[in-house]
Amino acid sequence: MNERQPAAEPRRPMGPPRFAHPGMMPPAEKSKDFRGSTRRLLLRLRPEGAKLLVVLLFGVVSVIFTIVGPKMLGHAMDVLFEGVVNQKLPAGATQEQVLAQLQVSGQDQLAEMLSGMHLDPGAGVDFAEIGRILGLLAIVYVVSAVFGWMQQYLMAGIAQRTMYRLREDVDRKLARLPLRYFDDHPRGDVLSRVTNDIDNISMTLQQSLGQIVTAVLTIVGVLIMMLTSSVLLALISLIAVPLSFAATMQIVKRSQTQFAAQWERTGRVDGYIEEVFTGHEIVKVFGKRRRAIETFGSLNEQLYEATFRAHFISGIIQPSMMFISNLNYVAICIVGGLGVTNGTMSLGDVQAFIQYSRQFTQPITQTAAIVNQLQSAVASAERVFELLDEAEEELEVAQPEVLTTTEGRIALQDVSFRYLPDAPLIEELSIEVPAGETVAIVGPTGAGKTTLVNLLLRFYEIDEGTISIDGVDTRRLTRSGLRQLFGMVLQDPWLFHGTIRDNIAYGREGATEEQIEAAARAARVDHFVHTLPDGYETVVDDEATNVSQGEKQLLTIARAFLADPQILILDEATSSVDTRTEVLIRAAMSDLMRGRTSFVIAHRLSTVRDAHTILVMDHGSIIEQGDHQSLLERRGFYHDLYESQFVEALEEAS
Amino acid sequence: MRRLLPTFLRPYRRQLLIVVVLLLVQALANLYLPTLNADIINNGVAMGDTAYIVRVGGLMLVVTLLMGAAAIVAVYWSAKTAMAFGRDVRGALFRTVESFSQMEVNRFGAPSLTTRTTNDVQQVQMLVLMALTVMISAPIIMIGGIFMALRMNARLSLLLVVILPLMVGFIAVVVRRAVPMFRALQVKLDGINRVMREKLAGIRVIRAFDRTAYEERRFQETNDDLTATTLQVTRLFALMMPAIMLILNLSTVAVMWFGSLLVGNGQMSIGNLTAFLTYLLQILFSVLMATIMFVMVPRAAASADRIQEVLDVVPAVGEPETPAPPPARQGTLELRDIDFRYPGADEPVLSGISFTAGPGEVTAIVGSTGSGKSTLVQLIPRLLDVSGGQVLVDGVDVREMSQEDLWARIGLVPQRAFLFAGTVASNVRDGKEDASDDDVWHALAVAQGRDFVEDMPEGLEAPISQGGANVSGGQRQRLAIARVVAKRPEIYIFDDCFAALDFMTDAKLRAALRAETSDATVLIVAQRVGTIMHADRIVVLAEGRVDGIGTHDELLETCETYREIVYSQLSAEEVA
Repeated sequence: MNERQPAAEPRRPMGPPRFAHPGMMPPAEKSKDFRGSTRRLLLRLRPEGAKLLVVLLFGVVSVIFTIVGPKMLGHAMDVLFEGVVNQKLPAGATQEQVLAQLQVSGQDQLAEMLSGMHLDPGAGVDFAEIGRILGLLAIVYVVSAVFGWMQQYLMAGIAQRTMYRLREDVDRKLARLPLRYFDDHPRGDVLSRVTNDIDNISMTLQQSLGQIVTAVLTIVGVLIMMLTSSVLLALISLIAVPLSFAATMQIVKRSQTQFAAQWERTGRVDGYIEEVFTGHEIVKVFGKRRRAIETFGSLNEQLYEATFRAHFISGIIQPSMMFISNLNYVAICIVGGLGVTNGTMSLGDVQAFIQYSRQFTQPITQTAAIVNQLQSAVASAERVFELLDEAEEELEVAQPEVLTTTEGRIALQDVSFRYLPDAPLIEELSIEVPAGETVAIVGPTGAGKTTLVNLLLRFYEIDEGTISIDGVDTRRLTRSGLRQLFGMVLQDPWLFHGTIRDNIAYGREGATEEQIEAAARAARVDHFVHTLPDGYETVVDDEATNVSQGEKQLLTIARAFLADPQILILDEATSSVDTRTEVLIRAAMSDLMRGRTSFVIAHRLSTVRDAHTILVMDHGSIIEQGDHQSLLERRGFYHDLYESQFVEALEEAS
Repeated sequence: MRRLLPTFLRPYRRQLLIVVVLLLVQALANLYLPTLNADIINNGVAMGDTAYIVRVGGLMLVVTLLMGAAAIVAVYWSAKTAMAFGRDVRGALFRTVESFSQMEVNRFGAPSLTTRTTNDVQQVQMLVLMALTVMISAPIIMIGGIFMALRMNARLSLLLVVILPLMVGFIAVVVRRAVPMFRALQVKLDGINRVMREKLAGIRVIRAFDRTAYEERRFQETNDDLTATTLQVTRLFALMMPAIMLILNLSTVAVMWFGSLLVGNGQMSIGNLTAFLTYLLQILFSVLMATIMFVMVPRAAASADRIQEVLDVVPAVGEPETPAPPPARQGTLELRDIDFRYPGADEPVLSGISFTAGPGEVTAIVGSTGSGKSTLVQLIPRLLDVSGGQVLVDGVDVREMSQEDLWARIGLVPQRAFLFAGTVASNVRDGKEDASDDDVWHALAVAQGRDFVEDMPEGLEAPISQGGANVSGGQRQRLAIARVVAKRPEIYIFDDCFAALDFMTDAKLRAALRAETSDATVLIVAQRVGTIMHADRIVVLAEGRVDGIGTHDELLETCETYREIVYSQLSAEEVA
């Protein structure tokens, strides 16, 4: 089953298999700097330079041998033809005698034809010679195949190693990009660059690079052979070359716009289907079903028009090429036939020529297709390079301090921060958090509660002021050193594809079995894990359905227990978790917070009331600060918030 | 596939016939050309008859022209037919899915239905196109080629007995090895993409736990794995093309040698030998094409089966044959001894549920996950149909009302807010098409969405991307609520849709709604006690049964489950 990714990820429409006509791929996106990006893409092949030369060499050998084939076959045909003619001539006569006799008898044409041959009347067919030629030919073909195979074999390695390095670079880059990059760019876009675009380049590098070498070499080689065989026939064939190239390009260009329309409309139809199916209940209950069917009908009709036109136009390529090729074939037959008749050409030459003309059109069509695919790959490469060129996190301090143990004393002094230069977000914020205390951050949705977390962990760098831990400015630590002091539980629990054990063990490198299970027990998830058929070996991932949201949360709490940090960052869940799990989560979280300095993005009253300091945020900035009691007395924003949610509930429940 | 193709291709019988005839013409012309060439060599070149060469050459041109024309017309009709086929199947699928109830949609899942309507249709459509071009002509050319080869020289044709099995055998072996490799490759590709997706989703966690090095190793392993598999596949294919060409070329050499012997003995003419060589290539190429094409068949057949599976579904919920006359709009809702179970399930999801709700009343439904809350509300707009009992709206069984009429009375805000691509205004107007800008602003104000919409530079015309992916969860939810407010239905259903809001917004929203819905029936499914405690009636569900009905105070006294829920959210000290 090839199900779709979540809607957030932009999908490239799935194309038909790649060996199809040119233009069947998604339209080549226009690259901004085609030359520059192509150069850069090619430069990435540099580590393979020596091997590339070998590939080129093998390609040349393979093509030369392939091209020599028809010539040799033609030669064998000549020998055969001479033999046949010889059989019909009286034995013992010389060539001159035969020709003279023919002219006397008025067969001028035949005489002309035979004058170009080496006649040995009565000798019959020289099978030894034919055998020799064909034996040689067989060897030539085998050699050509072996070299062709080796060329492609090496090319596979080159392409794959290059892609391996590119993926590696991208992966390393992602680790060095500041978090700001991920917050500013939609995840779907980044994902598309690191997956779709890389796949696209990989595909092209693998298939097209080898092909284009062979195709161009074949075109050149065939041209040379044709010219050396017969200039006249070569000229006739050469008329066909620009003709077929122009025809292909014309059709490709036209079908390009049609294919572009096709992909655009496919995108629209796919998007519409996804939308309507996902929102099925809304479409129905709001009575939009008829309208949806009508809208779809017209989109579907437009798609049909576009696909039909695209496929028809690209479908013309094949017959047109066939027609030009056959036209050429007939021309060669006629001119060649005349040439053989008047002795200026051998039958074998004509035979060889026919094969050459057949070999000629294919690489031309192929080149047109590859050029198209290359365009799309370069556009993809450009998008990947853009990512690789993004500014990285600021350098670490030269001589960082190391905090291995910490009390967890945190001080923010006159901290200012803004995401955008003209929109101050946090201005001159100062808080002292003694070791082991809890800070609750409250405020409406979108008030910027995560900003503070971002600053503490140095996901973002503050503009002014200092944040210090145990009196040490966090900028004097390495990011990694700083983050080792923290543990984090987010409300959107993140699990990666792997066993439950691995997911908990993520909290600490090299954790023992006992430590993992102890952490699970502390997080009260041990019991649940044992109810699963595979226990700790159960495989989960972010979209896992065998684990509920609440249980995922517990697993991430276990992870934090295992990490055993001095400072905690917690984000309480707002999403619905069933009652029993909710109780477990609360108990586990309060155990986890015991004795640690904690920053909690709070949604529960008890958390807020027990917190030593409450930061009230609205519209991105901290508007009130204090403990529960003092904030209530102030009768400000917090007071309203508290009244609206809790007081009535408390009164009635008591 | 055996049913899908005939059903949807039947309307295009005539076009299909045209295509087949044209392909036949094309194939025959293709086969005729080498004969003409042989004639030119035998009768023209060998006899030195220029006039003959020109005459037959002219004939060749005419045949070529005819062939080209046939090919283009054939492509025209095959493209038209294949794409029309795709369009029809897509249309049928879409209409079928639109008639589905939530039960059928859930059975397949919306993503799967989408894939079936898009990718799977495309697969089958491409197969039809290929069938109408290559698959039909390949066998014709192969059979014709063999026939012509036999005519040229029967004894030389014996070589085909050796060459053909060799060729087919080789391709079959390669393909058989390649197919599992491709499958493995796809798995590896999905794997590396999954790792990337996870890393992006978990970037904060990875950095907070300082596990970048670990992640690098994890990525490297998948990268190694993918590279190794890709190399395997590409190296197999590196072997394939040269090997096939070698078979082709060596066959030519063999034919040339044995042909020469026959020509030397006078058993064959040179012209026939050259023609035979051409036929040989034609035959082998058609075999090659056919083999490659037939690799596509199993994949397309799997797609066709997946499509047929959807088309075969008879939706469980349908329009009544003779809808009851629309009752007067009062807004009363009654559930009478409701049962619901999925077909074939042992346990019912809901059983024995009864309550009545009237205009001006707020009824809340609480219960833990899996207690059947969402299922219950889906029974009202007939997204699902009851298995037993009755749902009555304005005194009429919902199964007897016309669906359009029923839906006009109900406003639903689902658990997962869903917006359509368009603008803020277009989404709110989905509730009421002719709503004025003032109406839209009003609805937004009630839904607590006015502030953030005003903050958007385009205001009401701010674009909304598909599903509402470009706004936050809380904003999405508020827009979905505004949509219902604009609709002004008699019955509001809020299916756990306040959870994405912080408690402040939640409280304000409910206060504003109270004024707006004073004469309507309101049904709220929720987890938070604060959200529902003021309801006129709270229905507590546990494992699909009603565990208690009453007000907050009554239930605190009488209902253990309710108490448990309340205590879990307010710590014991707060309740006491």
